[in-house]
Amino acid sequence: MIWVYADVSEAGASPAALELLTKARELGGDVAAVALGPGANAASAELGLHGASTVYVSDDAVFSDSVGQPAAHVLAALVAEHSPELVLFSTSYDSRDVAGRLQAKTGSTLMSNASDVLALDRARTEILGGTKIVDVELRGPSPHIVLVRPKSFVAEPSGGTATVVQVAAEVPDELRAARRVERHAESASGPKLEDAKVVVSGGRGLQDPSNFSMLDELAAAIGDAAVGASRAAVDAGWVPYSYQIGQTGKTVKPEIYLAVGISGATQHIVGMKGAKRIIAINKDADAPIFGLADLGVIGDLFEVIPALTAEVRARRGL
Amino acid sequence: MNVVALVKYVPSPQGTPQLGPDNLLVRSGVEGALDPGDEYALEAALQIAEASGGEVLAVSMGPDDALAGVQRALAMGAHKGVLITDEGLRGADTLVTARVLAAAISRAPFDLIIGGVESTDGYTGTLPATVAELLGLPSATFARKVEVSGADLRTERQTETGYDVVTCPIPAVVTVTSGANEPRYPTLKGIMSAKTKPVERLSASDLGLSAEATTASQGIVAVAEAPAKAGGEVINASDDAASRIADMLAEAKVI
Repeated sequence: MIWVYADVSEAGASPAALELLTKARELGGDVAAVALGPGANAASAELGLHGASTVYVSDDAVFSDSVGQPAAHVLAALVAEHSPELVLFSTSYDSRDVAGRLQAKTGSTLMSNASDVLALDRARTEILGGTKIVDVELRGPSPHIVLVRPKSFVAEPSGGTATVVQVAAEVPDELRAARRVERHAESASGPKLEDAKVVVSGGRGLQDPSNFSMLDELAAAIGDAAVGASRAAVDAGWVPYSYQIGQTGKTVKPEIYLAVGISGATQHIVGMKGAKRIIAINKDADAPIFGLADLGVIGDLFEVIPALTAEVRARRGL
Repeated sequence: MNVVALVKYVPSPQGTPQLGPDNLLVRSGVEGALDPGDEYALEAALQIAEASGGEVLAVSMGPDDALAGVQRALAMGAHKGVLITDEGLRGADTLVTARVLAAAISRAPFDLIIGGVESTDGYTGTLPATVAELLGLPSATFARKVEVSGADLRTERQTETGYDVVTCPIPAVVTVTSGANEPRYPTLKGIMSAKTKPVERLSASDLGLSAEATTASQGIVAVAEAPAKAGGEVINASDDAASRIADMLAEAKVI
């Protein structure tokens, strides 16, 4: 039996949950999902449609109002009752907290950043900057816990419907201590990084945070484009962490990935090498990013980017 | 307030890490560094301890070489260190590592545990939550900002779309993201005084952990080279680069 811990919100199930269910189905056997927090009941139909025969749900706000502990507590009780052999999580912030805590409760081994799940006891990941693909055998007490990078699989509906099982949110007060008291969404115009057809990404080569506006202008000219960043740019405080693409940060698989002033550290490559076409602009001819690029431009990004923005505007008649 | 900082010595992020014949990352005899992500945790720990007149204890698990990571933490300002080294811990998974760190931490009173969000070499990103659970503590993870007032923490938790404010009583486990602060560079004085600060060296059995509790339940069973990408074309900016890039955008039907 394979379980998928599904991140849910009022907006529905996370895309990663549907990807994981599709994979779990392919591995065979019974597949169930656990969805905790506001939006869980509403998401259950979609989870069933993607392969969950049972969905354990609770809409209780405690799961979103308190971080980590309530969900881990209730999930561990469900696991003890039903004994799944494998629990799949996405690598989202909330899922990482729940998975890490579940591991302590069950004594199970945990593997993170998986790019594929091969069997109940085996998963695949890429290490050493994506240069090696390794298969990891999971042993020890059930359930094995595997966190999978988003976009590792393509979600496909199975046409199924799930039996929905309501779960009581029996969470002791002492497990509600870490409380989410405010929520702030940072407004970004245009498409989300994960959904955009084109990602324009900036690194240390931009030299100054104000230069990110050049990338904003290019993205606006292209239309279906979003701006991302390397860890170096985020570490420098130029753009928020939510921009970060890489091993730490988001995974993107756009039609075009435009790496601007990004050297191509392994940490970054993991998050973008799945792009269909990669274009790199860098003044350093030895930058590792050129080894990955379909089109590499050696030169000054401060000349190339404004010229490109003008060219795109001209071609689109803007 | 006494703060525990979780620190890890990793193969140099600028180097080329290798797998050994046992399919484990080669950690001994290679150039290494204190994990850059841990420097943000240390900086946060130092600021909180300094503001309250407390001490910072740097706790690490790793081979003998990892002493250099603890010493870097001491040079930055941590007051003392603990390093757990044990041949039996080679290849430890995150559960084993969490058990070792939790056991080492619980030997002395503390108010707060701070770590980075994930290591640069293993990047599992779940270890601090496992440590928190083993110690029965709440956690405020992925913090881009940490403030302490009295016995309460206020953190800004990074989210996919922005941030949440998470409050939490101490004791607790906190993880801080890269870029959360500006880690200080060790001063010459700091580097000199680090050599005189106490570092306790422990084995797994010193912590009362059985061989069973310290045996990893996973291992690499197959290794393959990732397929090399066919080399693309590299041009100079002067070769009408803007037009060439726009051609590729048009080919991909995105403009």
